Amino acid sequence: MSVDPTVVRHVAELAKLTLERDEQAALAEQLARILEFVAQLDEVDVTDVLPTKHVIEQTNVTRADEPRPCLSQDEALEGAPRADAGHFVVPAVVPAVAPAVVPAVAPLPIRKIPPD
Amino acid sequence: MAHHLAALSCTETAHGIAAGDWTATEVVDATLSRIEAHDAAIGAFLATYGDAARRRAQQIDADPGLRALPLAGVPIALKDNLCVTGQRTTAGSRILESFLPPYSATVVQRLRAAGAVIVGKTNMDEFAMGSSNENSAYHSTANPWDTSRVPGGSSGGSAAAVAAGMVAGALGSDTGGSIRQPAALCGTVGLKPTYGRVSRYGLVAFASSLDQIGPITRTVQDAALMLSVIAGDDKNDSTTVPTAVPAFHQDLEAEAADFTIGVPEAWLGEGVDGEVVNAVADLLEDLEDAGATLKPVELPHEKYAVPTYYVVATAEASSNLARYDGVRYGFRSERQDDLAGMYANTRSEGFGDEVKRRILLGTFVLSAGYYDAYYGRAQCVRTLLCNDFARAFADVDVVVGPTAPSTAFAIGEKADDPLAMYLSDVFTVTANLAGLPGISVPCGADAQGLPIGLQILGPALGEDKILRLARLVERLRGPWGPAPLGGP
Repeated sequence: MSVDPTVVRHVAELAKLTLERDEQAALAEQLARILEFVAQLDEVDVTDVLPTKHVIEQTNVTRADEPRPCLSQDEALEGAPRADAGHFVVPAVVPAVAPAVVPAVAPLPIRKIPPD
Repeated sequence: MAHHLAALSCTETAHGIAAGDWTATEVVDATLSRIEAHDAAIGAFLATYGDAARRRAQQIDADPGLRALPLAGVPIALKDNLCVTGQRTTAGSRILESFLPPYSATVVQRLRAAGAVIVGKTNMDEFAMGSSNENSAYHSTANPWDTSRVPGGSSGGSAAAVAAGMVAGALGSDTGGSIRQPAALCGTVGLKPTYGRVSRYGLVAFASSLDQIGPITRTVQDAALMLSVIAGDDKNDSTTVPTAVPAFHQDLEAEAADFTIGVPEAWLGEGVDGEVVNAVADLLEDLEDAGATLKPVELPHEKYAVPTYYVVATAEASSNLARYDGVRYGFRSERQDDLAGMYANTRSEGFGDEVKRRILLGTFVLSAGYYDAYYGRAQCVRTLLCNDFARAFADVDVVVGPTAPSTAFAIGEKADDPLAMYLSDVFTVTANLAGLPGISVPCGADAQGLPIGLQILGPALGEDKILRLARLVERLRGPWGPAPLGGP
């Protein structure tokens, strides 16, 4: 089996990995060898065989739907590369647009959330 | 004196502290000086906690209640994929270089509650992906019996620390052999419990349906003791089995006549080093002479275990490792023009080659058009493999063979050949796929004096059986003790 570099690029995109061109070629070759090895599984007759979902028979484990202690907001944010005012900060999702072409929009009214 | 204390087993250390033969402070000092003297050459540790360990030892020495605990004052090392509150937990990866967990793993809490003193974190293959410790983003680890050779992996740092006499006990994790294979290569005892026997809460996830935490020690008694401490139901891990945990360490002695031992013929055949085959065959003969019944067992789907494993494990890994995106914790790339670019740059700079390879393979086998052909099929073959073992355990108490097909290989020997490296797990991945308990116990040496491990697999929740047979093997072949490194 051979693996086309376009397949490697597609899978890398799905996995959010950027690969250099030489990395793509090397990985295409390694993946091809591994998949050839995995192709042994095609010999096995799996007609009417159910896939393994869990190795030890267990029924669903549930608990009462009650609050219990958890990390505080500060603790949850402590490890973040960037945080501000109780939020994780990431680069802009919507590309910045030159101010001249942005139509003036009235600010959204702030809806008051009633206290518990 | 100092060396003598570091050479004690966990059990002896705790008994001596309870009896007043030595203090926890003396034991911890001996451990820290042994690490100080030899870890530059071995590279077993990624971090040590000298001050905290000494403070804890003083507390234990001052409190008769603490001195009576089962692991009182016993220095223990943790594989660096186990979370400890506020202590850097890297999983051997650059992407977690700065990660300080806000909580401790259940196993860490249980060890501490039993009196253990956590002395540091051990090196490992990045995200537990590897069989040699060469995939650590930080440094490689040497085998204490021959420092030009690998200690095995991925819990190579834990196995090396125990073999070097730096600690008497360490925790590792085992997804496809990562406790048992390094234990075998380092002349130590390594136990992978039944899936669900030990809580995975606070373990950095690799492949969630395969991962288990377990002990690496120099004696079977110590492995049993550590398992008794860490095992059991945990509300923070819904896959834990709510079955009561026996005091494994209190019921270890058995006679050979108590065992019907299953031997899969293929495990002593092609692809296994002659010296490994001979050591295992000699031991089986001795067990038979002592009264054990040997019985050939058929595991018709066992030969598909490695390809099945590499589909299932990489699929789960690709999903588990999706969380490393540079947003909530860990490393974030400096190159972050937009969100998608930040994700991709963070992951590409933060992960090493083997991790990227496995994420790509896992993403591929789960992707549209390939899911049924690869992942779906592998999960069905997994069912057939589970059935093979269920049939075998109807006839035999345990299944035995070599833990690894060779003794410790040279550093660099397999580093450029992923497939050759994957095949060093050929005998160990089955236990993870079928969720079974397995132990590796030393059973001989090759011509260079390198240790050979015997693997014993048992039925689900049959840790008592495999521990008892391992103890019998230890009575016949003896434990290896710490490697003679010279100095303290």
